Amino acid sequence: MDVAAAKRPTRVQTALREASFAGLIAALLSFPILALRVEADMNNRLVLEERWPLVGVATLSIFVARFLSSILDDWRARALAIAGALSNLFAIGLMIFPDRPQIGLALWFGASGSTLMAAGLYFEREGRAAPERPIAAPQVAKTSRTSGLINLVGIVALGFVIAYPLVLLAWLGPQGSLKWINNYGVQILIYVMLGWGLNIVVGLAGLLDLGYVAFYAVGAYAYALLATTFGLSFWICLPLAGILAAFWGILLGFPVLRLRGDYLALVTLAFGEIVTIVLTNWVDLTNGEAGISSIPRVSFFGLPFTAADDGFAATFGIAFSPIHRTIFLFYLILVLALITNVVTIRLRRLPIGRAWEALREDEIACRSLGVNTTNTKLTAFALGAMFGGLAGAFFAVRQGFINPNSFTFMESATILAIVVLGGMGSQIGVALAAVAMVGGTEILRELDFLKVLFGNDFDPNQYRMLIFGLAMVVMMVWKPRGLISTREPSIFLKERRGVAGSLVKEGHG
Amino acid sequence: MENFLQQLINGLTLGSIYGLIAIGYTMVFGIIGMVNFAHGDVFMVSTFIALIIFLALTTLFSIPSIYIALFLVMVAAMILTSVWSWAIERLAYRPLRGSFRLAPLISAIGMSIFLMNFVQVTQGPRNKPMPPILEHVFYLYGQPGAANAVTISSRQIIIMAATAILLTIFWYVVQKTALGRAQRAVEQDRKMAALLGVNVNRTVSITFIIGAMLASVAGTLYLLQYGVVRFDDGFIPGVKAFTAAVLGGIGSIPGAVLGGLLIGLIEVLWAAYVSSDYKNAAAFSILIIVLIFMPSGLLGRPEVEKV
Repeated sequence: MDVAAAKRPTRVQTALREASFAGLIAALLSFPILALRVEADMNNRLVLEERWPLVGVATLSIFVARFLSSILDDWRARALAIAGALSNLFAIGLMIFPDRPQIGLALWFGASGSTLMAAGLYFEREGRAAPERPIAAPQVAKTSRTSGLINLVGIVALGFVIAYPLVLLAWLGPQGSLKWINNYGVQILIYVMLGWGLNIVVGLAGLLDLGYVAFYAVGAYAYALLATTFGLSFWICLPLAGILAAFWGILLGFPVLRLRGDYLALVTLAFGEIVTIVLTNWVDLTNGEAGISSIPRVSFFGLPFTAADDGFAATFGIAFSPIHRTIFLFYLILVLALITNVVTIRLRRLPIGRAWEALREDEIACRSLGVNTTNTKLTAFALGAMFGGLAGAFFAVRQGFINPNSFTFMESATILAIVVLGGMGSQIGVALAAVAMVGGTEILRELDFLKVLFGNDFDPNQYRMLIFGLAMVVMMVWKPRGLISTREPSIFLKERRGVAGSLVKEGHG
Repeated sequence: MENFLQQLINGLTLGSIYGLIAIGYTMVFGIIGMVNFAHGDVFMVSTFIALIIFLALTTLFSIPSIYIALFLVMVAAMILTSVWSWAIERLAYRPLRGSFRLAPLISAIGMSIFLMNFVQVTQGPRNKPMPPILEHVFYLYGQPGAANAVTISSRQIIIMAATAILLTIFWYVVQKTALGRAQRAVEQDRKMAALLGVNVNRTVSITFIIGAMLASVAGTLYLLQYGVVRFDDGFIPGVKAFTAAVLGGIGSIPGAVLGGLLIGLIEVLWAAYVSSDYKNAAAFSILIIVLIFMPSGLLGRPEVEKV
């Protein structure tokens, strides 16, 4: 063995060194925050609760994950092996900690972890055995096939969503299906609509709006105030709320839209915060923190959803049930969301939509070619604001009660996270992201075994924003163009040429 | 008049804290041109680290002298917060250099949400009121108990002194050392600096670490002055410190300190004489007005748009 080769550290040594470094960093990061928890006791004095095992868990997990990722080449192998190893660690943890031993769960996690690791090793061997693959030529045909597939997925999904409440009603009855239609259906669809609305601003025109919730709030308060003060019906207030929100969008848009991308983001953030502060402190108008209650509920085009003789149930000769209103709300928000979607898709093919996309890609080139950037940005902003306002009016009529706490920066961040995860510009991606992120956390609430593991006060909502934030970072680092990327321009000159998304550099936005 | 003097002292105290945070924003913006949205939350994390270490020192190890404890807390907070800031830059920002323009900002927003909720999950959502320490008050004018007395507490003296000392050290590092020269070189032209042998990645990392150290001092002083902290306490001070950086001219370090002091004064005077409900709205309005009407701030250079 020659000397040079002996001195060079082996792969395992390198991986061990990197893993030790990562473990050390993890230990330093978790040391005070994870290890010691500050709690106020009965006398309102602060006491420290020691939780040292958590630091060990964090350090060990990061060590193992870093070791595996530096020793494995294939990315599938990495992902599977890390997931498997963490699952195994979790299983060992379940066996060791004696206060709640969960043998069955431990076996389950251990077995699935080992399977994942084995699958990972299989990919790794396969990857090493295969010869170096040549870099694939740009695939022109594939893009059109993918977009055809996406259309198909969209149609199937739409069919599923339309049938969703009726199938549930038939299956679980009015009592059982209420929760599923309300918590999953209506809740998710609100976020789908908000995501699609913000997508016009962020995904198409490339303007980062951190205060989108302000327009949502304008819509909600517009309906609430118009309905409680003047007694206007929902169907009159809905377009008014949209127009008012669009008006606010234009009002804000005029001065700020000549700012650069990140300054624009911060100005919209400040605007959103000011709206919340005003809603909280202008007690004469908005009733402040106490909010506006007893907002008139939605009616079936004039027929109220009550047990009265002129109510919806009596008119159609069916037994009264509160589920009717929920189902009606479901279809109402579905229609509103679909209008948002259709308007966006159609506008993308008009000159204004093309100007949006051109603006997103390169603002200076756009200006040089004579596109009026102010008007283009303003329409995107106003349109996005209008859909936010419509969603706000719907939110008010669904809840029957609103206060400023529903319109915080976290709400804006949630909607932005949905748009970013959906791939900024992709309609179906945004919808899927909303389903996964909003529906996903609702599902976690249903899983009883999580309560066994984490204690009875386990609340997945606490972890929701944690995952949202992390997912935004991972998304930017890993696939900044989104999971389902349709950021290719809608129009091509003469021929389609395959251009990798990463080559299309974005200009000043 | 006496009341005004009192508010002036309070405003300068608050402004010192904003100034220390603002330097982190302005340095990072200067060197890689991104708004480090998570910086306010790094400040909040440092406040929690300081609180935990302070409690650990006083209750578990029962250190007798409050000044030694405070000094140890500050050093520990500086080191541990730098690790956080270093890791954030390494994992969330460095891979994004050369990505499209908004990518680092979106990543930073994600990081900010993550940090906020990480602390909420690990430390609980409730306020953490620290027992008040160093309550001694000096009377600059008037008698104890008089309505028109002007006072300065030993906490406020510590805050202003610590800020002044740190800024001097920091100023020396940026102006006189090789590290400072490397930073300014990277700020002017990253590629050229790299060609001339400046380790760009290391310089950027150190910039984040320095920013985090100043923010952690701000965090410790914030805890000392206000004695209560919560998981979402990074957001509003963060935006205000960013406003300070913009007001002073983003990229300019003296501008950040000046902007911080001005924002602190404006906030305190606004709360005292106009409306305390709308004091945050005042800061946010300043942010909007400055960004729209004078984006280069008080001491900044106007930005040239390059194609």
